[in-house]
Amino acid sequence: MPTMTYLQAISSALRDEMRADQRVLLMGEDIGEFGGAFKVTDGFFDEFGPERVMDTPLAESAIIGCAVGAAVVGLRPVCEMQFADFISCGFDQLVNVAGKMYYRQGLAVPLVVRMPSGGGFSGGPFHSQNPEAWFMHAPGLKVVAPSTAVDAKGLLCHAIHDPNPVCFMEHKHLYRRVRGEVPDGVFETPFCARVAQPGSDLVVVCYGAMVEVALEAVADGLDGASVEVLDLRSLVPLDEEAVLDSVARCSKVVIVDEANATCAAGAQVAALIAEKGFELLDGPVVRVATPDVPIPFSPPLEAAVLPNVERVREACRELLAY
Amino acid sequence: MSTEVAPPGEEEVGAVAVVSEHLTPDDRIWLLRSMLLMRGLEERAMSLYRQGRVPGSFYDGFGQEAVSAGAAFAMAPEDRLCVLHRDLAAHVIRGVAPARILAQYLGRAAGVTRGRDGNVHFGDPELGCVGMVSMLPDMMLVATGMAMAFKLRGERRCAITWFGDGSTSRGDFHEAMNWAGVQRLPVIFVLENNQYAYSTPLDKQFAVDPVERAAAYGFAGVTVDGNDVEAMFEVTREARARAVGGGGPTLIEAVTMRMHGHAAHDDMKYVPKAQVEEWRAKDPVDRQAARLAALGVDVAEVRAAVAAEIDLATEEALASPMPDPETAALDVFCSGEAEVLGDGVARWSGWVERS
Repeated sequence: MPTMTYLQAISSALRDEMRADQRVLLMGEDIGEFGGAFKVTDGFFDEFGPERVMDTPLAESAIIGCAVGAAVVGLRPVCEMQFADFISCGFDQLVNVAGKMYYRQGLAVPLVVRMPSGGGFSGGPFHSQNPEAWFMHAPGLKVVAPSTAVDAKGLLCHAIHDPNPVCFMEHKHLYRRVRGEVPDGVFETPFCARVAQPGSDLVVVCYGAMVEVALEAVADGLDGASVEVLDLRSLVPLDEEAVLDSVARCSKVVIVDEANATCAAGAQVAALIAEKGFELLDGPVVRVATPDVPIPFSPPLEAAVLPNVERVREACRELLAY
Repeated sequence: MSTEVAPPGEEEVGAVAVVSEHLTPDDRIWLLRSMLLMRGLEERAMSLYRQGRVPGSFYDGFGQEAVSAGAAFAMAPEDRLCVLHRDLAAHVIRGVAPARILAQYLGRAAGVTRGRDGNVHFGDPELGCVGMVSMLPDMMLVATGMAMAFKLRGERRCAITWFGDGSTSRGDFHEAMNWAGVQRLPVIFVLENNQYAYSTPLDKQFAVDPVERAAAYGFAGVTVDGNDVEAMFEVTREARARAVGGGGPTLIEAVTMRMHGHAAHDDMKYVPKAQVEEWRAKDPVDRQAARLAALGVDVAEVRAAVAAEIDLATEEALASPMPDPETAALDVFCSGEAEVLGDGVARWSGWVERS
């Protein structure tokens, strides 16, 4: 089985899907001959041509709106936001047009919006956001966020096959840092959580880039404690059963979000545990998240707000001692 | 690329100026019939609203019937439509049964959206229509995307959408016009210039007539008397021929007047009475009726048949059940195959002959 980076796995999913299904086309800014800002579509132009690897005008609302139109007449568009942050310019088409179409009209809108998200590299306030919660709050949109190379491919294939609009949050900081074995050809990873590391004393619930942070934080065993790491992978649908299973096993929970804390995915997980897992707890639910500030540019400022290995470790230690 | 900008002359407005050579007598009766159905259904719905039976508010297209009737009549079964809230005649022509339309207004399970959305926020997917959203002109982009797919697949089809003068101020108008121009797509944009966006008049909306912007995006812009259904048909027929022939998009500015308030709750006291009176004399239904009467058509009989159809539809809609509250949270997501839009009904003899 070939080894590839998280970014190569995304490219592999797109390439295999396009080879398998003529209906799949890519739409985005600079994705054609140039190969995309992050080179996810490098080489695609030569293989699939300008019509299926479409360089669009610089217009996010149009990219998503036109993708809706193409989807309802039979294509399978995969849109690339150059940065997840720019989805704010296409918010209306995604939330109001795509997200509500099936409920209102019985008309399915099979489209994927790829959103390179996340910080950690001095991208500043407009190239570092984790906007997944915006879409969790909008009925009709699915939201997934892989943390590994194999899941990046499997979840993206599944997203392309899904008859609904899917927000695919791909973390930029993982693009070239994370690698792993990834099967050739199309395969699907269902939208559910996975236990990244089993344990029984405490569970760290996280997703995206925070999975790697959590695994590193607990790698030295935390004074002999058995710590589980649950990778949500999918935020909508949220795998409630997997979360509650972990809570039942571990009784103590730390939830980590790279996103701003208020109403984040982790806040929803905390609410779920409060509602359905209260009796399973043996301590307060602890959250580690970015405070409610724009992501600052300068390295010491950015480092001051983003969750990191030390903060997660500290939160786990405190809760284990509770 | 030529840009035709021809505002309707005073001598044309109110007269029976344009007669398309592509319309048979039956076609011309159908155009009247669809406008009568739109007006009659909306009048019926308005009275049901006043009786408290139509929930929410109620939006109609009184005085603008020719815009949707004429344009939709030119569309082939395989074309796709994003219809707006003052364009009920497009649904009528496309084949949505009057009882389903009234059930839609009444929030019944038999309505096109099964009570999930109100007013004319609907499109029957099986008839090739996409239901609008309230944010205007979002559907311009959806129509552009459909046209993009047609062009990519090499199909001789087009997409059409309607929107108002207020819509020309939003970014999606620009994004759709630009995209359609860049990719030279088979899409028709019908700008329904009805003089007011809610209470805002044209001089607060734009400094330049938006039809002139078409040239800036690299395609044709045409102004037409939006109260003449046959002129609407002809200009749309030409736009469609241009679209499927590879000639790119067309912006049609249909000049008309919103004769009622923005919605039922709006008394439109901001509109000068003289303006309303001026446009009342240009009523599109009366004009088509006069045109047909002059040809010897028994217009009273057409009106009576439509009225009877609306009465029957009203009974059927009122007898139909409300949606089951247990279903309110169901079907947010599609769990089966994604069905594509189906073909609609096309009434124009040009399509009937083709099949």
